[in-house]
Amino acid sequence: MTVQHHVLIRFLIDPACAETFVLSDWDLLIRQARRANLLPRVGVMLAEHGCRSLIPEPARWHFEASEIGFVSHVRAMRREISCLQEVFTQTGLPLILLKGGAYLAADLHVAQGRMFSDIDILVAKEKLPAVEEMLIFNGWRTIKLDEYDQRYYRQWMHELPPFEHYKRRTQLDVHHTLLPETSRLKPDPSVLLNHAIDVQGWSNVKVLSPNEMILHSITHLFHEGELDNGLRDLVDIRDLLVLYMDSDDAWNALLECAVHHQLCLPLYYALRYCQSILGLGVPDEVVVKLNTLVRPTGLLKSMDSLFMRGLLPNHTSMNDRGSAFARWLLYVRAHYLRMPLYLLVPHLLRKALRKRDEAKDDVV
Amino acid sequence: MSLPQIKQFDYSELALHLNTGVLTLKVGPFLVRLQSSLEQFIRPFQLLYQDHCVCLQSEYADFHMSIGRAGGVRRWLKPQALFYFDGRSPFKPLPLAHAYAAFEWGLNWCISAHANHFLIVHAAVVEKNGVVIILPATTGSGKSTLCAGLVSRGWRLFSDEHAMMRYASDELRLYPLARPISLKNRSIEVMQTFSPDVLIDGDAVDTVKGRVAHMRPPSESVSRASELGKPQFIIQPRYQQGVSTQLQSTGRAEMMRHLVSQCFNYNIQGRLGFDLLVDLLDQSSCYQFIYSDLDDAVKVFDRLALDA
Repeated sequence: MTVQHHVLIRFLIDPACAETFVLSDWDLLIRQARRANLLPRVGVMLAEHGCRSLIPEPARWHFEASEIGFVSHVRAMRREISCLQEVFTQTGLPLILLKGGAYLAADLHVAQGRMFSDIDILVAKEKLPAVEEMLIFNGWRTIKLDEYDQRYYRQWMHELPPFEHYKRRTQLDVHHTLLPETSRLKPDPSVLLNHAIDVQGWSNVKVLSPNEMILHSITHLFHEGELDNGLRDLVDIRDLLVLYMDSDDAWNALLECAVHHQLCLPLYYALRYCQSILGLGVPDEVVVKLNTLVRPTGLLKSMDSLFMRGLLPNHTSMNDRGSAFARWLLYVRAHYLRMPLYLLVPHLLRKALRKRDEAKDDVV
Repeated sequence: MSLPQIKQFDYSELALHLNTGVLTLKVGPFLVRLQSSLEQFIRPFQLLYQDHCVCLQSEYADFHMSIGRAGGVRRWLKPQALFYFDGRSPFKPLPLAHAYAAFEWGLNWCISAHANHFLIVHAAVVEKNGVVIILPATTGSGKSTLCAGLVSRGWRLFSDEHAMMRYASDELRLYPLARPISLKNRSIEVMQTFSPDVLIDGDAVDTVKGRVAHMRPPSESVSRASELGKPQFIIQPRYQQGVSTQLQSTGRAEMMRHLVSQCFNYNIQGRLGFDLLVDLLDQSSCYQFIYSDLDDAVKVFDRLALDA
């Protein structure tokens, strides 16, 4: 079964195909979309294509309810952003939003119907101590972590340990670059900060420049092992590309940007899977140029069998016998990309042992 | 075309349908696809849902759930039941003997976590002579016992847990679920004495809520589950040992505060929920109700239904 057989994938490629859906297709569309965290997004796409009236009566409420949920989500996230905005303004630093928060503040089309659980921000590395102090002063705290976790984040990662606001329970990830310090690829954080652009309607709030926003989204997806929201993130990337890549010049600038940040390989994956899973049209010249930059080997192409499974939501109707193994391999791969083996092996061992201890605690 | 009821199947037929996962249960406005091969679930389910309609060839369901065994080594040492929502479990496993409770709690979760097109208040809802009463209350206030008492004396059951409200063609309406009533600890014996002919099953001891059992809803409540209700009374009940029955009218502002505190999704509904509650309070009379004697309590409610 190829990916294009799945009703959710068919819909994401061409929402107008909803016209051909029978009741059992709607049943499956709702379940797959819910698992992918894409249900409100599917509702938005149905509305945009004038297909809301096609939804059979018994299934309508799912879209109505998820839209209500989404409106409340936006309300909460806007409020969170304005709280952060105030704190950063007091400190004299710009608030640079990443991912979901950025799409929402900048009012990009990809934000419509997109759910996200935490706010991600980017801070210059030398400002981290000041930012951390100010966040703690204003009611954020790092979520209970042991000494090892603290060290894991602070020495090796590209972000501080996650923060949570003590009252609102909202989560905040503070990044200082795009990839872990221990990773082989080294994107340039100073350029990201300098290129960040002001968001209309929000003072002192910035988002990454379009190319860097796309590359960040890509890097995140193709370097993270937990692909729970993999398909949602791939949809983001596709829709950002559709939005910004409106000319050959735009594509060339994106390629140059990827070269500068050493992110050609993740870009190669992103275009490959946006094409093969979500039907994105990529100009031939771009594919050719990227191939000369990346020189894909057989091994790279064999990643297809992993990504074509791992990028799909973990739903029974979309899994096959290889899915669980593919997800596990992608998890291991993400860790391997994140840090060299001499750090990785002890880290994974520690995690495995701790999981076993937690399971033991459960029994008691 | 009328759908078959659970009671039309004998145990082995029902077990076969549940094993193969072809059974879609109609619960109020929801269609629930159900799969299980656990006898600990199927036996009580057969009795408690005997009057509910099912469909065996449905192409669609709102919720896909199964009650299965938890995996791992404990499968053999200490078998456990686990609720799965569309293949994934949002909860920790329970002892196998609690399989039925796992289903009821799982269904509660399905509704309160997804049905945000309703404003959902933690409240019992009952109806008699067209008089609909909402009983919002905190856990342990005697709400379910009162609800079970009323229902066993001719009141129609909407729900013992979820008051589900929304606008249906511009009118504020309550949506019945007519599911089994959850009884805890002492209220189980109270109901057995109060109304010996009601059926109580699905007994689970030592749960997080103590001992839990479920009372079968009257068949009339189940068959009329698609008849929506227009709210008239909001009564906040409280059981207090030894007191005489008291019904006192209460301020709308105070009741608003209480309703908000008992809402599952007030924060999600936002403005919609606020407007709906204001509308609800505009068209309802609000009371506090304290009782210790269930017979007496039912009399007070019967009078309300007659006088209204």
